[in-house]
Amino acid sequence: MGHLISTLAFFTPQSGGSSNANQIDSLFKITLAIALVIFVLVEAGLLYALLKFRARKGAVAAQIRGNNRLEWGWTVGATVILLALAIVTFAKLSSIENPSNSGPEADKLASNGLLYASSERKLPPDGKSLTIKVVGRQYIWQYFYPGASEPDGLGAPYSYEEMVVPTKTTITLDIASADVVHSWWVPQLGGKFQAVPGYHNYTWFKVEKPGVFRGQCALLCGRGHARMIATVKAVPPAQFDQWLAYQKQLLSEANEQAKVARAKLNAQTGAGQVENP
Amino acid sequence: MATQLAPVPQVTTHGVQREARGWTSWITTTDHKRIGIMYMVTTFVFFCLGGVEALIMRLQLGAPNNTLVTPQTYNQLFTMHGSTMIFLFVVPMMAGLANYFVPLMIGARDMAFPRLNALSYWLLLAGGIVFYASIFWNPPEAGWTSYPPLSSINFTPAGGQDAWIYLIHLTGISSILGAVNFYATIANMRARGMSWGRLPLFIWAILTYSVLIIFAMPVIAAAVTMLLTDRHFGTHFFDPANNGSPVLWQNLFWFFGHPEVYIMILPGFGIVSEILPVFARKPIFGYKAIAAATVAIAFLGFLTWAHHMFTAPIPEAVLVFVMLSSFLIAVPTGVKILNWIATLWRGTVEFKTPLLFCAGFIGLFLIGGISGVFLAVFPVDWQLNETYFVVAHLHFVLVGGSVMTIFAAIYYWFPKITGRMLSEGLGKLSFWLMFVGVLATFLIQHVIGLDGMPRRVYEYDNIGNLELYNQISTVGSFILGLGVLVTIVNVARSLKVGVVAGPDPWKANTLEWFTSSPPPVNNFDTVPQVRSVEPMKDIRREIERRTGGAPASSAIVPAGATQVGV
Repeated sequence: MGHLISTLAFFTPQSGGSSNANQIDSLFKITLAIALVIFVLVEAGLLYALLKFRARKGAVAAQIRGNNRLEWGWTVGATVILLALAIVTFAKLSSIENPSNSGPEADKLASNGLLYASSERKLPPDGKSLTIKVVGRQYIWQYFYPGASEPDGLGAPYSYEEMVVPTKTTITLDIASADVVHSWWVPQLGGKFQAVPGYHNYTWFKVEKPGVFRGQCALLCGRGHARMIATVKAVPPAQFDQWLAYQKQLLSEANEQAKVARAKLNAQTGAGQVENP
Repeated sequence: MATQLAPVPQVTTHGVQREARGWTSWITTTDHKRIGIMYMVTTFVFFCLGGVEALIMRLQLGAPNNTLVTPQTYNQLFTMHGSTMIFLFVVPMMAGLANYFVPLMIGARDMAFPRLNALSYWLLLAGGIVFYASIFWNPPEAGWTSYPPLSSINFTPAGGQDAWIYLIHLTGISSILGAVNFYATIANMRARGMSWGRLPLFIWAILTYSVLIIFAMPVIAAAVTMLLTDRHFGTHFFDPANNGSPVLWQNLFWFFGHPEVYIMILPGFGIVSEILPVFARKPIFGYKAIAAATVAIAFLGFLTWAHHMFTAPIPEAVLVFVMLSSFLIAVPTGVKILNWIATLWRGTVEFKTPLLFCAGFIGLFLIGGISGVFLAVFPVDWQLNETYFVVAHLHFVLVGGSVMTIFAAIYYWFPKITGRMLSEGLGKLSFWLMFVGVLATFLIQHVIGLDGMPRRVYEYDNIGNLELYNQISTVGSFILGLGVLVTIVNVARSLKVGVVAGPDPWKANTLEWFTSSPPPVNNFDTVPQVRSVEPMKDIRREIERRTGGAPASSAIVPAGATQVGV
């Protein structure tokens, strides 16, 4: 049985990175099971009708124009099957779209920094998650992390293409775009969501074990669309904190150097002439 | 009286007008049959162009990180392919078939507005020429969905995008004029006795197709006009920097785009509902249910557009509503499939090529219908949306669906249009190649999508088995192309050497078979009284009764002018 499931896995969505992806995968499998039964029954009926009732010498076609009972029967039957599928979907829905709480070993940065949750922007029950802002731009993903590299609260650490996240921590994503419509998608971490300029879109994931998950932009965004890769690298919380601190350090160092360079240029050309060296 | 034999039908001629000949007669014609032929030939040429574009794309995807075409060319190819197949092939091909057969099937001598009809055709051709002229400059490259801001002047400054807008406008006006014409014709010009309950199911389908076009096409016309003014006249409908909304475009586009799906498939359903009873020698099972399902699908088709936008930033209540309405639309569609199978049940099925294409259609369309249910479950769609799974789904519906029914129609009605039969051998070869080709090309694409490959990418890394799967798909696409080629050869050959068909080679049910093949300019000298949904069956029976059992088909050979007052 296990072997059968693993050979069938190529016919199901990717999963294994985050529980919402696993739940989508199991909803897909339930749908697939229902679909396969219907598929086999209907195709078998079609083949049987075609082969069994081939024109033969002496065969006379039955002049039947319909059967109300039968027709109402299959209409109601189809409705009931779809109703059942809708009920299963609603039962699964919460585990897919509502973030779960972070684990006890979660990164300490996961905090209730948000004031409220809404139907679109969901938070875990305890309200604590680590929010990363995802910005799509032709043709690269940019990620902004919580925190600041400057004492005035500015200079959020960021990275391109590879998102680094702590394990066992609920990550909520705030997805936006700087130019055209993109679509954020890392299959093993759940579904995809459009990045639309002027809008915010939200999703979440929680990775239990360290690993690298690959994805890419899923909505045509121009000539470089095929190369707009996204990867998520999950590392233990301690390592994440280290990485984030290092990013902040790099940023503040760069800012320091920029300040020096700006002062130099200002001295040469007069203050206020140069905004960005 | 009762014992006396009725007179054998005779030809009555009131005067002869010489038939117009030469190429000018085609340009100036208002005859619905000639316009229909021009529609069908033109759209088939576009079908071949779109097919070649598809094959180039499949060649590019035959190997990972291939460099056969540039990213820009690839984007242009899929934009041209999608727009061509939808706006220049499936929709107008259905209009071409309807042009030829609506008047014949309802016993009319022409369409309600013959000159408007000619205008519809010439607008279509103009749209196609404007669109394809762009390949000499800059073809459009924002996809057939042309989502702004990508399609805005900032990100796609080239004129190809404007050629695309022009295409939508010209073919849109063409379709709307055609739809008004079909509606007026069907509403007013039916033969005596052809009440709504005796309307052939193809006519029901075309009536519904027309209503869908009349309601849906103005929406896309408005949307592309807004895009045009955004691009050139300084408006900001879709410009987020000035409080415009890219999501507005998605709503407008799919409010048209989803009914468009039914515009493309309902006439196909009609074709199948005509052909199956003829070759099963059995009445259609559940005429009323099929007609009602057609209308129900059309109505529900306007309530499901947002299932193309499940990943867009829209409220959850919309997601739930649209999932349920999309489930609901699966019911009448499923009902039709079961009705068709029940039509074959206990019949005497003759395996002629049109029947094969219809049976292939049911088998393949079912796959597209079922994969549609997966996409309607919105959490599942979050994984499948914009991947090759969707490409597989839409091609099972459009190639396994619409294209198979169009080929069924070609094989079924070619004898009526040309007076000659197509070769059965080549027809069956073409069917099997196309059937295997569709399965090989598109079945594996479900897996390609599930394995993480988005659509509209010009290259991919060989992760997992992506290379193997894509190669299977590429080989399949060439088998499919070969199948189409066999039919082209068959048509070219049969025009010259095909067996002469006679007026009613299939012993069919509807009035187009009452007249000669090809029909005379005025279609019918006398239009018979219709007494059931299968008037030709009644006529054959009546003639048999009057001639005392002489073969019915030979009795109505000069059918273009028979006077059978049945």
